Amino acid sequence: MIAMNFRGPFRVRADRNKPDPVIEHPEDAIVRVTRSCICGSDLHLYHGLVPDTRVGTTFGHEFTGEVVEVGSSVKNLKVGDHVLVPFNIACGVCPFCKQELYGNCHESNPEATAVGGIFGYSHTAGGFDGGQAEYVRVPFADVGPMVIPPDLDLDDAVLLTDVVPTGYQAAEMGGIKEGDTVVVFGAGPVGIMAAKCAWLFGAGRVIIIDQLDYRLEFAQRFAQCEAYNFRSLSDPVLFLKKTTDYFGADVCIDAVGCEAAGSTLQTITGRKTLLQAGSATALHWAINSVKKGGIVSIVGVYGPTGNLIPIGNVVNKGITIRANQASVKRLLPKLIEHIRAGRLNPKEIITHRVPLEEVSDAYHIFSRKLDNCIKTILIPPSARA
Amino acid sequence: MKKKPEDYSHIKGWGIDADPENEPTYPIKKYTGDDHKRLSYAKPPQQPSKVEILHSNERPGLTSVFGTSSPPSGLSGLIRRHAFTYSEGNWGHWLSLILADRINVWEGIASDLMHGYIPNIFAERGWNAELKYNRKGAIQKVVTGVLVATVAAGLLYRLTRKKKKTHWL
Ligand SMILES: [Zn+2]
Ligand SMILES: [Zn+2]
Repeated sequence: MIAMNFRGPFRVRADRNKPDPVIEHPEDAIVRVTRSCICGSDLHLYHGLVPDTRVGTTFGHEFTGEVVEVGSSVKNLKVGDHVLVPFNIACGVCPFCKQELYGNCHESNPEATAVGGIFGYSHTAGGFDGGQAEYVRVPFADVGPMVIPPDLDLDDAVLLTDVVPTGYQAAEMGGIKEGDTVVVFGAGPVGIMAAKCAWLFGAGRVIIIDQLDYRLEFAQRFAQCEAYNFRSLSDPVLFLKKTTDYFGADVCIDAVGCEAAGSTLQTITGRKTLLQAGSATALHWAINSVKKGGIVSIVGVYGPTGNLIPIGNVVNKGITIRANQASVKRLLPKLIEHIRAGRLNPKEIITHRVPLEEVSDAYHIFSRKLDNCIKTILIPPSARA
Repeated sequence: MKKKPEDYSHIKGWGIDADPENEPTYPIKKYTGDDHKRLSYAKPPQQPSKVEILHSNERPGLTSVFGTSSPPSGLSGLIRRHAFTYSEGNWGHWLSLILADRINVWEGIASDLMHGYIPNIFAERGWNAELKYNRKGAIQKVVTGVLVATVAAGLLYRLTRKKKKTHWL
């Protein structure tokens, strides 16, 4: 089959000779991909920042597809079902899954205990091949995948596998109260979605911060929020203090993670020399611009090693920090309801639709932020026929 | 704080998910009573392992399922095996893995060549897209690259010449 093939940092290609996946466990299903996305967190892999990203693996944790084969104990899915597959691989029975912490499953990732299994997200997240391919093996097929309701657009469905729930959970973890000022760092797809969802929790003011004007303009339109380029602010923390009567925002959301720009020291230690698990610039700004007693919500991806965090300010300010990989499955019913009611319109963020064969160019465009790219969908040849 | 405007009705769904109980740590933990059962839960069946799977030393064995993509091999594989002797909290674990990743890139090129495949690194890096959407930048990069290489070659030449001179003395 054709599949994206990682060859090293900044080097990927579509290969035609990857063996088709097979059922390896009675609870597996094989899915023929109809849509897959390139995610901002795929760029962390693409840039070589996530340890144990091995040459030859296939990325892609956001995909929809048609079930073509099921293992002997799969009950909820049958061949022919069109499903959306949450990025977390979750068993449904371990103590963490029972608490609906599907991103923290204890039975899907032997390589690390901190994070559960994730499709196409390095061996640190379980060594699973992802959905930027014609076929994917989906473990625990009865737990994660959801049959796409007939009235749900396929483009909305694929964004429900990660972007929408992650943005929503970022807002949810912020414990937003009516009238709260919410600052979102990062105007990528997740940040934009977090800004949009902040209103659903009753925010009184939503501000988004980024370094690219085209993304800020997009965010302003899509999420009806205020947007500022930190390159034009001499000190973003000071600016945010001033604009909140020197009080600080009630809630700050880090939707950037390990590749944050804006601080030379963080860039050198976190991105260039990998001495820490990515640059923690967005997190610094979040901690420093939230009010005392405020809440910092983190959904940006960081590597697993240590980070230089202003923990003193966390203590001094009495900040609550909430962070996790989104529990996609827990949030799906509510989010589908929001889409049906027209409160959320995820597919509007899709700017690029690329044949899977052109995956090298698609990664390059997204990584270099060319052609006003916000979100790219890859379509395998077998889904185009 | 900026005074909140009186009317948010222009934003569809405003406040629909507001929950006064959400302070400050939402989602509120869903207690199941299973917290201390730990390993005594009904573990799903075990996926048979047909390839080498490395596992964190912070857990007793393999998880019920795992990915089988790209098993450890070669020099990078040796380093990866070594990395997994450290726990996840240890820098030795992650820095070894990053080192292995870098070596793995060269192994990938060697393996391509051994299979009679010459990787088109220009295309793999997506430079066709760079030429299409950022032609000026792409040309600038190539020119800078050539200049840097020329200067470096020149310096190297001079250094080696000097070295040779000292040798003769
Ligand atoms: Zn994603
Ligand atoms: Zn589980």
